Parts: sequence; structure tokens; C-alpha cells
Amino acid sequence: MQFFLDALRWLLDPANYVAGAVSPLPIQDRIGEHLLYTFLAVAIASIIALPLGFYIGHTGRGRQFVIAFTGMMRALPTLGLLMALFLIVGATVPFTQAAFVASIIALVILAIPSILAGGYAGVESVDPQTVDSGRAMGMTEIQILMRIEIPLSLPLIIAGIRSAVLQVIATAVIASYISLGGLGTIISSGIGLNDNDRILGGAILVTGVALVVDGVLALLQRLSIRRGSSESGPNKKMSVADHSDRRRWRNQPSMKGKHVQVKK
Amino acid sequence: MIEFQNVSKRFPDGTLAVEDFSLVLPSNKATVFVGSSGSGKTTLIRMINRMINPTSGTILIAGEDVSGLNPVSLRRKIGYVLQATGLLPHRRVVDNIASVPRLNGVPKGKARHDALTLLDTVGLDRSLAERYPDQLSGGQQQRVGVARALASDPDILLMDEPFGAVDPIVRAELQVELNRLQRELNKTTVFVTHNIDEAFAIADQVVILRAGGVIAQVGTPAEILSNPADDFVSTFIGADKGKRTLHLQHREGDSATLIVDDEGRPAGILGDDK
Amino acid sequence: MSWLVDNFGLVAKLTGNHAALSIIPIILGFAIAVPLGWIANRWLAVRSVIIAGGSLLYTIPSLPLFVILPYILGTRITDERNIVVALTIYAVAMMVRTAADALAAVPADAVEASIAIGHSRWTRFWLVEFPLSGPLLLAGLRVVSASTIALVSVGAIIGSANLGYLFTNGKQRDFLTEILIGIGASFLIALVFDIVLVVLGRILMPWNLRKRSTAQRSSANTGQGV
Repeated sequence: MQFFLDALRWLLDPANYVAGAVSPLPIQDRIGEHLLYTFLAVAIASIIALPLGFYIGHTGRGRQFVIAFTGMMRALPTLGLLMALFLIVGATVPFTQAAFVASIIALVILAIPSILAGGYAGVESVDPQTVDSGRAMGMTEIQILMRIEIPLSLPLIIAGIRSAVLQVIATAVIASYISLGGLGTIISSGIGLNDNDRILGGAILVTGVALVVDGVLALLQRLSIRRGSSESGPNKKMSVADHSDRRRWRNQPSMKGKHVQVKK
Repeated sequence: MIEFQNVSKRFPDGTLAVEDFSLVLPSNKATVFVGSSGSGKTTLIRMINRMINPTSGTILIAGEDVSGLNPVSLRRKIGYVLQATGLLPHRRVVDNIASVPRLNGVPKGKARHDALTLLDTVGLDRSLAERYPDQLSGGQQQRVGVARALASDPDILLMDEPFGAVDPIVRAELQVELNRLQRELNKTTVFVTHNIDEAFAIADQVVILRAGGVIAQVGTPAEILSNPADDFVSTFIGADKGKRTLHLQHREGDSATLIVDDEGRPAGILGDDK
Repeated sequence: MSWLVDNFGLVAKLTGNHAALSIIPIILGFAIAVPLGWIANRWLAVRSVIIAGGSLLYTIPSLPLFVILPYILGTRITDERNIVVALTIYAVAMMVRTAADALAAVPADAVEASIAIGHSRWTRFWLVEFPLSGPLLLAGLRVVSASTIALVSVGAIIGSANLGYLFTNGKQRDFLTEILIGIGASFLIALVFDIVLVVLGRILMPWNLRKRSTAQRSSANTGQGV
């Protein structure tokens, strides 16, 4: 217990927030870095994965691929991916940037499956009758996607992004071991110096950041629920059994549990 | 005028839904396709607005082959009402009605204004305009569906079992409303149902279908009732069970003359001559 | 590849340890999550607490959890028990929601019929609810299995002797092959575990062999227009 109190005291010590201090301090710089990498990786992954997910969800083509792909990626060891990329990238990119480039690539790769699954599951979950009537009205396929499918699948899309963000935050911590900045450096420097405050403080800090970011996204997910959104995510009040019969076949196990399960 | 010429449809899984179907659907009249499941009636109606494309044969609208027309612009000129309403759940009633005009570029204000007028046309109170579809009853939702279909003032109205999901009383009301709309607006209406009474209530031309889209009989309700073409039709309209042959029955002391069917079951009372 | 032959013993040992570290969390996770899921399903008030608790635990990033646990458990940081506990926590967190949903998805008619027949709550669970929620539970378990195996390697950073060692060592020695072999071995373990689970599922749930995709059938019938 004492360890935790000491660590908390260390975290709250203003001396650790002085700008211009020696890395890994000041703390706010590391938080900023960590969030920046996370945002960057998730944004790039979204640009790649969301359109693909929408296409697959809308046309139904490539379903098997998505399921197989997300399954395979789940078994990929993050540490292995990081280290492999570091060596591969390091062969072509100058050392100072190698860590950054390799890490971002790894983070993007890890973020893609969740976002892909969210996009695909979201679009697929829209009531086919609603889509049919949109088509019969004379909407183009793009219009159906933009005006019907995406608005109604926002909760699932955000759920996918949420999973990806968690994944990336966790992996970025590990990436500090290949010299990426971020909050992991606090922990690693702590291990190196045998400084319990840093080790524990860093760990608590990362956890805190993860919880806050996840909370914000959870709120966004809640707010994105419109009338007719078929899924409302982890905060759904009613149990799955309340769904009407025609939804029952949608219990695709890999998509259930709106933290689309990927690794950490 | 809509014309089917030797239209067939075979689905990828092998089902032959419609085989060599030919028929003319007259303009400004209500044609009703009636049949059980598997008679191809939904397939036929969905080929008119190219939601399904025929495997062979041609469909002409006002003399033009629909396969040569752009499907999206074709559908914007045809009103389509389905049983599940298909209303967009995340849009308000008034925006749902204004869907097609908005797609066609009509300014939002005007489209919404016209939508309110359409609410009057289908017999709904304007106060429902700002509500969401799930706040309306089944019958109200269907009326909104009809209003939406009418919004772009199409010449053709397609209705696929639109009243199937509402209870019999509401259903009867909606049939009456539809007849009124038909008289006022004179659209070419194609209506699909499995209920022969509904067909008789609405249609100018009834098309009774067997499995595979084979026409058993075409005619006005009066023609079909007086001269069913074969046993299939007789059974279908209930003539074989004596439902359609009615007799007068008057007993001492009754205030009105009773009308009974062949089995003696009462069907109504005799009114004054029309 | 010759490296693999030369160091086969090392790789095999690490693989074995990796697999061993994975098994306990998977089994324990399942064993804890299913009852929790059942409880969550029965008492709605508790449901949000349990599910939220699971979500919360799942949100904790991996390395920090490996690092925090020694302080809570009183073990040394390099003790492999930390990793097993952490992985079990994640396994439970992942599985609890699936378990609750799986049990909830059991057709209400089947449950009601079983009550009418005269099942007690105990027999009803074991003979009706649990088997019928089997397919979903299995799917969730497969997810947990793959994720757990992938996570074990992170423990190498704090000194655990598993395939993750090949990653850190490979990076230090600038030797990509070693890393790739480690990844390959990890995939292999995941594949083997997955096959075992699927086979187990087939044996225990022979009624579930034909899974039609309703989606494919209905899209054939609506026959999308151009």
C-alpha cells in the first residue's frame, strides 16, 4: 500500500512537471507524446480501415476475409511485431527516426482490425428493410451508405475505434523499449533506476490516461446512438435476449461484446 | 402504362420465381396482383422499379424499356410502399416524407412544406410531422409511407402488401383511404396482396397468380366473381366453400332481410338498392 | 533457418513455457467468467457492475498491469506468477461479457420448457442453459485463447522466459530471423489451441454442426437491383 501512496505522491509532485527537464520528465510532455502517437496511429488506421469496412458491410463481399483477418491479427504478438518492424525499418530509415516510424507502423497495423470490424459490423447491423427502402426511393449506393448506414452504425464504429485506441495506448507503452517516447519511458527509466515511484507512478499514470480516454469515447458512443441504431454498445441496458427474433442470427461471436476483442 | 413482355426470373439459387409472364397494366388504374407465397407477385412488382432484374423478357413503362433506363432516376419517379414501411428511423416523419424531393434537389423549406400538405392528403394530423417513426402507430406509419411515396408526384405507385402488418380494422380504413386517393390522384397503382378480399376492395383489375407467376385469371372483381376461370380460381376466391354465393333469408318477425351464404352463415343484411 | 536447427532446444523450451503460461489464464478465465456471467444475467442490478468492472479491468494497459501486480501481490517483479494473474484478469474481463451475452441468448422457450418439465435451477443450468450457450461461449473462448497467447510475450520485458525473449533478443542482436521464428511459434501455439477448442466443441456439441448463414440466404432472395 505504501508503494502506491509514494507513487501517487510522486505523480502529484509539481517538480516532475517542470518544463525542459531531462527525459523522461516532465510528465506532461510524455502524456502529450503518448496521446499524439495514439491519435496519429488511430487516424491513419481509420482512413485505411473504415472505408474498407463500409464496403464490406454494404456489399457483403469479403465477410469471410474480415473474420479470418481479425482472428489472425488477434494472435499476433505485439512485442514481436514491434521488434520485427524496428529491424526492418531500421535498415532503411536513419536511426533517429526509425523508432518513430516503426512504432507508428506497428500501431497502425494493430489498430486496423478493430476499426475494420467496427465499420463492417456497424453497416451490416442496419435493418435491411431500411436499406431496401432507401434504394427503392432512388438513393445511389453512396447515398445509402452516407445517409442511412453510417449514421445508424455510429455506435459500433466508435466501439471499434475505442478498442483500437486501448490497444494502441497499451502497445505504445511497450514501444518505449525501442526508444519511442511516451509514457512507457517513465516505467522503463524506473526499472533501470530501480525507482519504485517511477515504475508504479508511470504504470498508474498510463492506466489513468487509458481510463480517461476510454471514458470520453464511451460518452461519444452513447451520444451517437440515434433512434434506429441497432446496437448501443457496452452500455446497453437491455439484455441480448430482448432482441427480436430477426436479430438473433446476428450473434456473430467475433463481433459480440462491443469492445471488439483484440490484443493489448 | 406498364407492360410485361415474356418476363422470367430465375434466382441464383435456382428458384424460378416467374415464368414467361406477359400482361398490360393500364394507366391510371389500380392493378392488384393476388396469390399465395411463391406466386412471384413480389418479384413482379420489384421488377418494375428494377430492384430485381428479369433473367429474360422486357418490361416497358410508357413504351420505354426499363432496362435501358438509369435505375436510380427511375426509382425517384416511382413511389414504393412496403409492408415494413422502411421509414428511416433516425429522421422525423416530415423529413421522411420529403426524402425523394430532397434527393432531387428541392430546397429543404419547400420540401418540408409540401410534406405537410401530403400529411393532410393521407389523413394524418400535422402535429405528427416532427415525431419519429417509432412514435407512431402501425397504421400511422403506413400512411406516412404512402405520403413518402407520393411526395415526388410519381405517375406510378408500387405497393407491396403495405397493409399486411396492421390489424383488420385499421386495414379496412386504409383500404378506404387508398380508394379515395386513387379517385383523387389517378395514379397507375400496382398493389400486391395475398388477401383476395383486399384485392376486390381496391382493384380496377385483379390478377390472380399461381405459383411461378402463372396467370390464373385477369379481370375486374365483378368479372372474376361471376365467372371464375377454373377450380383454382374458385378455390382461391372462396367460391367452392359457398362463401361467394349468397341468398336472401327473411323470417317472420325479422326487421331486416338477412343475407346468408351457401352454408347458412350470415354475411350481412339487405340494404336499399344502390 | 539454420539458426532454428541450431537453437531448436531453446526455442522448444520457450515455446513450451509460453504455452504453459497461457493455459492457466484461459481455463481459469473461463471458469471464473461463466459463473460471473450467469450472476450478471440473473440479477440485472449486478449486471452493470460486473460488466463495467470487466470493462474497467480490460482497459488497464498490459505492461503497466504486469508492473503493478508485484506491488499488490507482494511478489518480485520478475516472478512469472504476476503474468499468470494479469493474464487471468484479462481473460476474465474479456470473457465475462461474452458469457453474460451467451447465457442471455439462450432461447427463452427452451428455458421455460425446462422449468415446466421440472428442472431445478442447478440441473437447468448444467443441462439446458450451459449447453445451449455453448457455441457462443466457445467463440468467446477462442478469442480469449488467441489474445492470451499473444499477450504472454509482453512479459519478456520483465524477464519472463517465453517466446517474447526471442523478440527482445532478436532486436538486440539485429537478427530478424529470430524474431520471425518467435512470431511463427506463437502463431503455432495459437493455432493448436484453437484447433483443440474447435474439436472439443464438436465433440461436446454435436448438434451444432450445421451453421447456415442467414445473411447469405436473405440477400439472394431480395436480389439486389443494379
